[in-house]
Amino acid sequence: MTTVTIDGEQVTVQDNATIIEAAKTINVDIPHLCHFKGLSPSGSCGICIVEIEGERGVSRYCIRQVQEGMKIHTNTQKLRATRKVLVELLMSNHPQGCFTCERNQSCELLDLSSELGIKEIRFDKNAPNEAMDTSSPSIIRDPNKCVLCGRCIRICSEIQSVGVIDLVRRGPELRVSTFMEKGLGNVECINCGQCIHVCPVAAIKEKSSISDVWAAIDAPDKIVVVQEAPAVRVALGEELGLPVGTLVTGKMHAALKKLGFDVVFDTNFSADLTIMEEGTELVSRVKNGGVLPMFTSCCPGWIKFAEHFYPELIPHLSTCKSPQQMFGALAKTYYPKQAGIDPSKIVSVSIMPCTAKKYEAQRPEMHSSGYRDVDYVLTTREIARMIREAGIDFAALQDEPAENLMGAYTGAATIFGATGGVMEAALRTAYKVITGQELANIDILPVRGLKGIRAATIDVGNLKVNVAVAHGLANARQLMEEVKAGKSPYHFIEVMACPGGCVGGGGQPLGFDLSVRSQRGDCLYSEDKALTFRKSHENSAVQKLYKDYLVEPLGEKSHHLLHTEYTPRSEHSLEGMSNLEKFYVQEDDTHGS
Amino acid sequence: MEANFERTMDNILSHYEGDRDELINILQEVQEHFRYLPEDSLRRVAEFLKITVNEVYAVATFYALFRLKPCGNKIVRVCRGTACHVRGGADILHTLEKRLGVKPGETTKDMEYTLERVACVGACALAPNIIIDKDTIGLVDSKKLEEVFGDWKRP
Repeated sequence: MTTVTIDGEQVTVQDNATIIEAAKTINVDIPHLCHFKGLSPSGSCGICIVEIEGERGVSRYCIRQVQEGMKIHTNTQKLRATRKVLVELLMSNHPQGCFTCERNQSCELLDLSSELGIKEIRFDKNAPNEAMDTSSPSIIRDPNKCVLCGRCIRICSEIQSVGVIDLVRRGPELRVSTFMEKGLGNVECINCGQCIHVCPVAAIKEKSSISDVWAAIDAPDKIVVVQEAPAVRVALGEELGLPVGTLVTGKMHAALKKLGFDVVFDTNFSADLTIMEEGTELVSRVKNGGVLPMFTSCCPGWIKFAEHFYPELIPHLSTCKSPQQMFGALAKTYYPKQAGIDPSKIVSVSIMPCTAKKYEAQRPEMHSSGYRDVDYVLTTREIARMIREAGIDFAALQDEPAENLMGAYTGAATIFGATGGVMEAALRTAYKVITGQELANIDILPVRGLKGIRAATIDVGNLKVNVAVAHGLANARQLMEEVKAGKSPYHFIEVMACPGGCVGGGGQPLGFDLSVRSQRGDCLYSEDKALTFRKSHENSAVQKLYKDYLVEPLGEKSHHLLHTEYTPRSEHSLEGMSNLEKFYVQEDDTHGS
Repeated sequence: MEANFERTMDNILSHYEGDRDELINILQEVQEHFRYLPEDSLRRVAEFLKITVNEVYAVATFYALFRLKPCGNKIVRVCRGTACHVRGGADILHTLEKRLGVKPGETTKDMEYTLERVACVGACALAPNIIIDKDTIGLVDSKKLEEVFGDWKRP
C-alpha cells in the first residue's frame, strides 16, 4: 500500500494506483476529457493536471502513479488557469455551431467549458473544414468536431478487438482515421457503434434515416409498417427522461401509432420465430453430425466480424437471419397476403438499439421478399428525437398493444436484448424439440450476467449440451480461437458484439456504463417473468404463421425467406492478434438473480 | 510482379522475429526496396507483426521519411535551409517546379523525377544545394540545372 497526501488529506491506496484512483477515495474528480472508465489510460488531453510538491511543471493525474509520501495539489491558481487555456485551445479549433449540433445536450466539451467557468476564447478561432466520412451505412465521422481524445480508438481495439481507427499523421495534421483513409465503410469496421458511446462530442454519430421515415409517413399512398427490437423497450423511456430500466413496451407502441406509422408490429414476434428456426437448426446439427459448435447469427456486427476475421469458420454460423430481417422478409410477403394489400406499397421500418442493423438492412442478400426487406432502420435515439419533434408527452401515454398478426410475443423473445438471452430462449425450445417435454425450470441462470464469457452444461434429456455466451468481441475472439484450434468443447455459442448485448447497442442512450446496461437487461428479464407464455414455441401468432404460410421450421419457404448466407471478407485476418493490447477486465457476475 | 512482390516481402521479413518493436526497421527496409510503401506491403507487415493494418498506417504516416505513393526514378530535393535561402534556394525551387511541371511532393508523369524540399543538408558552404538521390550538387545555378535536366523532355 502507498500513502500520499492529496490537498492536505492523507490517502492510502494500492501500489501502482494512479492519482485519479487515489483522488476518487476523497471525492475529488478533476475535470478531464480523454480519460474514460473501462478504457486504458491515455493522458492525451492534458486537462486533468495536478501539481506535485518538489516537482517542476505539472502531472496528468489519469496516468501518473502514486509514490510513497507524494504531496499532491489538485486545485491551485496555476492549475485552474492552465486547464482553462487547454480547453480554450481545444475550443478555438472546434466548430462553433453548437446551436445546430445534435450533441449540444450531451457535449463534454461544453460541460468542461461550463465547469471551468470559461467566459471567452482568447485564441484565434481556426476550425478545420474537412470532408466528413460518410462511407459507412451506419456511422458518420466528422473530423472537424474531433478533439483527438482517442477514446474511440481505444474502445475499438481494446473492447472490440477490431481496431479500424487510429491516430494518423502528426502535428496539426493529426487526425483519427482508417487505413489509407479509406473510410469506415471500406475497412473492417463492424458498425457496432460503441465508438459513438464514448465520443465526448459529435465527431461520431449514426447515419440518420429520420427524414426518410418522415417522408414515408407523410406519403399518402405508402403503408408504413414498423417493428421494434426487444432492447428498445427498456431504453426508449430512459432516452426520453424516465428512470434507467423503465419498461415502456405499451407506451412505445402508442407513440409509434401517434407518430403516424400505419401498422405497429413487434420484432419480438420474429425473435420467437428465430428461435423456432435456430433451435430446430441446432437440433438438426446435433442429431445429423452437422458443423458444431453453432454460433448465433442475430447480431450483424458479430456476423461482419466473423466474415472479416474468421472467414474459415463461416460454416459454424447459424444460417438464420436476424429477427429484424426475418420480420422484413415477412412484412412484404406474409403480411400483405393476409391483409390483401399490394406489397410494393409497403415501407418497412425497424426501430433498433443498433447501428449495425442499418448496415444489415442494406446487405444485398436481404431482398428475399422481392423488395428490400427492411427499408429504413432507426436507432432508439433517433425514434426518441422523432417523438420529441412531434411533441408527444411520452410519459403520459396510455399503453397500447402491437397488432397480433406479427406482434404477439413470449418471454423468450424479449430476453433477446440482453447478453445470454438468445441462448436461454433457444434452450427453452430446443429442450421441447429434443425431449418432447417442457423444460421445468426455464430460468437458465448460468447463461445470464455480465461476465465476458459464460459457459454451462445443460441436461437436455440424455444429451449434455455445452453452451457458451460471449459479449464484446475481444471476448468472442477467445472462443473463436478455441474453435479454430479444434479445442472448443461447446455445441452452441451465443455472441453479441456489444458489451451487455443489445441493451448496450450503438443506437442506445449514450454512455458506456455496464451497470446501466445491466439494469436495462434486468428489466427485460422481469418482463419475461411477468408474461404468461415464456417459450417461443408457445407463441400463437408464430404457430399461425407456420400453419397458414411457412408450413414448418427449416422448410422450403423458411429456407427462402428466413435463412441467408455469408461472405468471406478477409483481405488479411488478424490471426491471433497477440500483440493487441487487452485491457478489458471481465466484470464479475453482477446479475441480481 | 505479384510473385516478385511476395518473394521480396518474404525475404525482408525473414530477417525479423515478429516483434512489434521491429515495425520501423521493417518499413525502412521495405521502402528501400520499393522506394515507397505499397499498400499491400503494409498489410503483409501487419500480418507478420500481428497488429492491425491501421497501426502500421499510423506509424507510416507519423514519420516524414516514409512515403505511401510511388516516387520517380530520381528524387530531387531542394534545400530550403537558411544558407541556401539567402543564396537563392527559393528561385531554384521555383525554377525546378516550372522545369519539371510538378509541385514539391509530386512526381513527373513519366515517373522520372520526384520533387521535394528539405530543411537543411549541412552543406551550407556550397549553398545553394540540391540533392539528387544520394548525390549533393552544390553552388547550383541555372547553368548547372541545365546540365542536369537539359536532356529531359517533359512528357
